Amino acid sequence: MEFEPLICFEVHAELKTRSKLFCSCAVDPDADPNTHICPVCTAQPGTLPVLNKRAVEFTIMAGLAFNCRINRRAVFARKNYFYPDLPKGYQISQYEHPLCEDGYVEITGDDGKPYKVGIKRIHLEEDAGKLVHEKGYSLVDFNRAGVPLIEIVSDHTRNPIRSLKEAKEYLETVRQTLQYMGVSDCIMEKGQFRCDVNISLRKKGEKGFNERVEIKNMSSFRFILDALQYEIKRQSELLKAGKKIVQETRLFDERKKVTIPMRTKEDAPDYRYFPEPDLVELDISPEFVSLVKEKIPELPAEKVKRFVEKYGISRSDVLILTKQRETADYFERCAEYTSNYKRLSLWVINELFRLLKSDSIGIKECPVKPKAFSELINLLSDGQITEQIAKSILEEMFVSGKDPSEIIKEKDIKVIQEKDVLEQMIKEVIAENQEIVEKIKSGKREAINFLVGQVMKKTRGQANAKLVREMILQQLDYLSL
Amino acid sequence: MELCDLSAYKLSELIKKKEISPKEILNSVLKRIKEKEPEINAYITVTKDLAKFQAEEAEKRQRKGELLSDIDGIPIAIKDNICTKGIKTTCASNILANYVPPYNATVVDRLLKAGAIIIGKTNMDEFAMGSSTETSAFGPTQNPVKKGYVPGGSSGGSAAAVACGEAVFALGSDTGGSIRQPASFCGVVGMKPTYGRVSRYGLVAYASSLDQIGPICKSVEDCAMLLNHICGRDPKDTTSVSVSIPDFRSALNQDIKGIKVGLPREYFVEGLDSRIKDKFMEAVKFLQDAGAIVEEISLPHTKYAISTYYLIATAEASSNLARYDGVKYGIRQSSDGLIEMYKKTRMFGFGREVKRRIMLGTYVLSAGYYEAYYLKALKVRTLIREDFKKGFEKVDCMLTPVSPILPFRIGERIDDPLKMYLVDVYTVSLNLSGLPGISIPCGYIDDLPIGIQLISKAFNEQTIIKLAHFYQRSMEDKWNLNH
Repeated sequence: MEFEPLICFEVHAELKTRSKLFCSCAVDPDADPNTHICPVCTAQPGTLPVLNKRAVEFTIMAGLAFNCRINRRAVFARKNYFYPDLPKGYQISQYEHPLCEDGYVEITGDDGKPYKVGIKRIHLEEDAGKLVHEKGYSLVDFNRAGVPLIEIVSDHTRNPIRSLKEAKEYLETVRQTLQYMGVSDCIMEKGQFRCDVNISLRKKGEKGFNERVEIKNMSSFRFILDALQYEIKRQSELLKAGKKIVQETRLFDERKKVTIPMRTKEDAPDYRYFPEPDLVELDISPEFVSLVKEKIPELPAEKVKRFVEKYGISRSDVLILTKQRETADYFERCAEYTSNYKRLSLWVINELFRLLKSDSIGIKECPVKPKAFSELINLLSDGQITEQIAKSILEEMFVSGKDPSEIIKEKDIKVIQEKDVLEQMIKEVIAENQEIVEKIKSGKREAINFLVGQVMKKTRGQANAKLVREMILQQLDYLSL
Repeated sequence: MELCDLSAYKLSELIKKKEISPKEILNSVLKRIKEKEPEINAYITVTKDLAKFQAEEAEKRQRKGELLSDIDGIPIAIKDNICTKGIKTTCASNILANYVPPYNATVVDRLLKAGAIIIGKTNMDEFAMGSSTETSAFGPTQNPVKKGYVPGGSSGGSAAAVACGEAVFALGSDTGGSIRQPASFCGVVGMKPTYGRVSRYGLVAYASSLDQIGPICKSVEDCAMLLNHICGRDPKDTTSVSVSIPDFRSALNQDIKGIKVGLPREYFVEGLDSRIKDKFMEAVKFLQDAGAIVEEISLPHTKYAISTYYLIATAEASSNLARYDGVKYGIRQSSDGLIEMYKKTRMFGFGREVKRRIMLGTYVLSAGYYEAYYLKALKVRTLIREDFKKGFEKVDCMLTPVSPILPFRIGERIDDPLKMYLVDVYTVSLNLSGLPGISIPCGYIDDLPIGIQLISKAFNEQTIIKLAHFYQRSMEDKWNLNH
């Protein structure tokens, strides 16, 4: 018996607004506890929420990007439950009339064809605070209380996700799109991108749906996939044994990589949703929607297509370049100053990324200006400098932020291309290292690297290593004759 | 008669003419508080020092001829569910017995800006849940007109304070009649403005879609004067409405001839004390003689108003009161576990009536009952609103009794919640439909004051101010002649 999983996600993404959803406190995940709080977000008696317009715009942007219908009438609702991090004793969310409904996220399906994962709804709500447990006390930090969140709910019945690979693809697409629009930073470690997942199994070829299991408490993509994998195994074993799946909520144990029961359907809390009387209903006019639409930048899929066409780079490289909008933007700014796009993309992907990674900074903080970077690419392309030198110049640029021409001038770097000078040096090296030469002659070709190194040393790295190697080989061949 | 017995309107004139000083007025009020308060218990907190400081400042302004407004230097009492920065705001509940707000309600800010002198925070039913001020955790307030009787509620402290000169005027809040009914029981004027007319920011919520702050005063003139200062759109309350604000004082002395007054037929069925009905009809007759055109109208869904009100109000209350959990402020009953702490805190912190309404409301919103109760109540609410809309196609305002019964004895009804709830029968419909209403005295039965209620269209308080003022002035002339 073979089973296929049907997966749907509830993704929570914290919006990148300057202030909270219902008050003017700053959103700052790195601030000291309770430094961004006010009477409203600590639920002082008598306070009232005032809706952040930007948050509504961001939600609609997400809705449009994921092909949703933007509802004309949107209503906030109270979700009632008690917990110390929830200051009002209810969360202001949306229930019956969310801002966005019935959309899809296009991913590449396992069959390689485009697949439109159904989106049921996207709604806007506020985050809760955080509990901190220390020295026998439980403390509450309300900095996060009232930070705007969107919840993106994918569909379990209309084009659900069908595999772990699709699940990963879906989450990555959603995250990337939100990041592109500047709607959310989606940093999982900071809790800006969290998700619950629902999974059920059915026999391949069947049409119906089995009971679903919800899994909570996964803090990374890796854990989500681990949890799903475990759950697929657990559920298929149960089904094979002729047992029934119970609808329940399970928690993922990150250490043991298993899911454990949290509560059954019967124990599910009754949130007693009702329309929030402190906020008026929203009337989202088509004019407002079209204004918001204009704020949506070029999205990943379109960008990939355009990069392939415009710059003639391979799709796989484009995918790397466009993974983050900032990288794509950097590349495009560079591309204004050079026409060697292929070399440019290679150098961004290999050299620049390596430097950024070793300093663990993002491309936004990159000290190398696009114009200077392209200048370097041009020098390299024109054969004025060797790869080796270009790399060392780039390292220097990365430290000092200087232009390549400046560095060349300062360090008096000359590209040694005169063959006769090199030839002379090679002869000297060969003469000085006869035992190595013998080794090479006796078949240990790799020993040639030592000779190349010696020549490079003599030129203080200013020669083209590939060229040196060729020339040594020529010399040796000549000698052996 | 002492200064504290004068209307704000009169005192305003005297201050302006420099015939009296704000300090003299304050001293008169403080003296009255000293005499009466042990018996009346109108206040939870008297802010004597703050008031003295404010009066000092007002007096300086008076001397320099720089008065901030027509209420500059006049002492006002604030119901204890309206937040005052640095001044305890308890909602007459144990759970907030130690709560000092870090901010001012918008109305309080507006009053301070106008120079009004805050004299204290008045007693009320706990969280405004009640019609007699008996559910207060700090003891009941006595009706100053007749000892042993309730002042009505929930703004009983404000009404009593105004009635006996412990304040010149006051702010109350009205969710189902909580301004109008105590005003009627204490023989003063109380007004619930249109929902959205006055900012609720800083009013501790009981039922958000019904709550509204309003004035309790000795006269309609004072109500108009006070309303001028507290109304208007507030960016902190998005349910407050941006509409043009008339000078309510200018409505006072307009002609009432030809004004169409509707009497809703459904308000005069069983349950109405016949003596009140007779008094009420005298008022109708008087207005008719004065040129008003009186006709009977119908509000067919009136009989559902009380049940609709108690479903919606308790549902909202059950959620609004969830924040009193012992975590952030107020009284905490420490315990080992979280759930135990919640339980003990709320068990100790809330009184019986509050608990009853929280339970009712929780039930109303529960899965499986939501449609049958809450959703149905919302539908009936729409029908009640439609009734009024149709009614106002025929008339300019409506006239009804405020309460079907006379002020009752303290303790008489407190153990029978249903009987208590029925006291609100004529007032709750206005909250359900958001309409403005004013309660004005129309005489006495057995030395107990009774009142009539005038209702108008939304954002048309001028009409009822005009008519109420005309009536009150005429009656005062008549009663003065009789004395």
